[in-house]
Amino acid sequence: MYNVIKIAARNLRRYQRRTILTSALITLGVVSVLLFIAITGSFKNMMIGQTTDSMLGHLQVHRKGYLASIDNLPLNRNLNRSQVEKVKEILGSMDAVESFSMRIKLGAMFSNYVETTNIRLNSVIPEDEIKTVPLLSDRIIEGKKQDVLLQKGEILIPELISKGMKVKVGDSIVLVANNKDGSVNGKTFTVSGVLEGISGPGGRDGVIHLDDARELLRIMDVEISEIAIRLKNMDDLDQVFSSLSAELASITNKEGNPVYEVHTWEKLSPFYNIAQMIDLMVVSIKIMLVAIVLVSIMNVMIMAVYERINEIGTISAIGTLPGKIMALFVTEGFLLGVLGTTAGTVISLISIAGINAAKLTFEFGRQSNLVLAPTIGAGDVITIVLIVIGIAVAASLQPAFMAAKMDPIAALRHV
Amino acid sequence: MSLVIADNLEKTYQIGEISVNAIRGVNFTIEPASFVSFVGPSGSGKSTLLNMIGCLDPPSKGSLQVAGKDIADMDRKQAARFRGENIGFIFQDFNLIPVLTVFENVEYPLLMVQNWPAQERKKRVNNLLEAVGMGDQGDKYPSQISGGQKQRVAVARALVTNAKLVLADEPTANLDGETANRIISLMKKMRDEFDTTFIFSTHDPKVMKSAEIVFTLEDGKLSKKQNDNGGTHV
Repeated sequence: MYNVIKIAARNLRRYQRRTILTSALITLGVVSVLLFIAITGSFKNMMIGQTTDSMLGHLQVHRKGYLASIDNLPLNRNLNRSQVEKVKEILGSMDAVESFSMRIKLGAMFSNYVETTNIRLNSVIPEDEIKTVPLLSDRIIEGKKQDVLLQKGEILIPELISKGMKVKVGDSIVLVANNKDGSVNGKTFTVSGVLEGISGPGGRDGVIHLDDARELLRIMDVEISEIAIRLKNMDDLDQVFSSLSAELASITNKEGNPVYEVHTWEKLSPFYNIAQMIDLMVVSIKIMLVAIVLVSIMNVMIMAVYERINEIGTISAIGTLPGKIMALFVTEGFLLGVLGTTAGTVISLISIAGINAAKLTFEFGRQSNLVLAPTIGAGDVITIVLIVIGIAVAASLQPAFMAAKMDPIAALRHV
Repeated sequence: MSLVIADNLEKTYQIGEISVNAIRGVNFTIEPASFVSFVGPSGSGKSTLLNMIGCLDPPSKGSLQVAGKDIADMDRKQAARFRGENIGFIFQDFNLIPVLTVFENVEYPLLMVQNWPAQERKKRVNNLLEAVGMGDQGDKYPSQISGGQKQRVAVARALVTNAKLVLADEPTANLDGETANRIISLMKKMRDEFDTTFIFSTHDPKVMKSAEIVFTLEDGKLSKKQNDNGGTHV
């Protein structure tokens, strides 16, 4: 086999122009795919990170039916004390859980004493919230960033309201809200910060302290709209989701129906659909790469066989076995694949390092100055390398078979 | 024992609905270390006969034994292996591989057919190149040498595997008279040096004269004439 590789390598070296052109095409394909995977992967991971680390957490637990009517921010579908305690107990026993945050979500009227608008609010325990969505404090674009996010009596307002109603940090505002019984209550807050708006659910919500929400809504006992959960490792998402769902599903109400519903960030964020589209595009690009490699190698190898009919006749006449002739052409295809893939991988890795060093920025929705930080996993590189080399070998099989089957007399007569 | 024994050998080609009898029941024997020529006009069946002796084309009828083996029943793989072990070829168009150097062309059968170790391979190729007078041309490519030199390289390639039999189809057809004579002389010298049987086809009268045995083919039938220049080998 060594001799076959040696001769195949020599053939590629001597048919230099053809080798360079074919390898360049494969290289181009590999570079395109690896860069596309790296860049879209970076974008996807960043957006997933933004979504989970500044708003949603990795998982959320609600009372059954809450999510279906979440647009109305219903207060009559909150979890009660015993239900909350049960979830706390389960989460406390799960090693994979890093932290969790209890929230009451509500809608209110926001007044700066001159104008009034409506606002969606997340009321949180700041210490728990910052552990569960650590990037939330990074979204504070005006106001002093505090260790505890905010104090009682303070509000973080969304950028849109700040600009639209000309409300600044330190201003006093009033929130007026209906509780679940329909009673109206109001409370004065001090604006402690302005939150940058980001795409996705909750990306334009204000934040207040949980105790303030309870006071505003006159909640006497424990009531919680949602429990956001952060995992130590996001790779455990599916496993934690399954076990948590299974445990909570076993808890039923008097009618025998489940009390809770558990959702991963994927079900909660529309960005998941974009992430899926990105994955689909990656698959499409991979298919295009396969097509490029398949067509180019097959074309080159068929041409190589036709160009070398006389040579095939000669080597066949002097006693080269058909299997060796086939191996020779397959090896040439294999080496073309290896050459193109190696060059493509090296260029891609250098390009990825270059893009990271250049710190290129881009805009997404209302967010600007997002730094493009492409990365590529060894798994992706190995997959692409194996696909390309496999396809190169597969594309060489038919021409190689044609060469091996060639009648030596007819081949020798070929001009 | 004879190296080649043909008994009532026939070859028929089917071209569309027409059967063409290229070889019609020929009988002949060729002894080891002989220098034999098949002559005849174009289409007389010379190449067909050489192809059959070279295990490139099976006979349609009759038997053909080469180096003690009946080649009629060999499959493609067995025939290739047999050629690699016993037969060398010299072609009218030289058929050197253009991307390989002179050395690599001669080395090719040892590398791809007989798997010789590198050191022995190198020694054997250099010996053969010296023997054919191409010892100092090993690094050149076929495009860099003359027709006569190419045929010398082809002779070296045919002999490099210690073939018992070398078949040469019109080896001098693409060479001028003087070069043709030199190639025939070289082939004879190689026969004397290595005891290899040379069988070649030609329709060049000068080349014909240098053969020790001349078989004349006409319309697929054979007649034999022994030249007076080497009767000891018959």
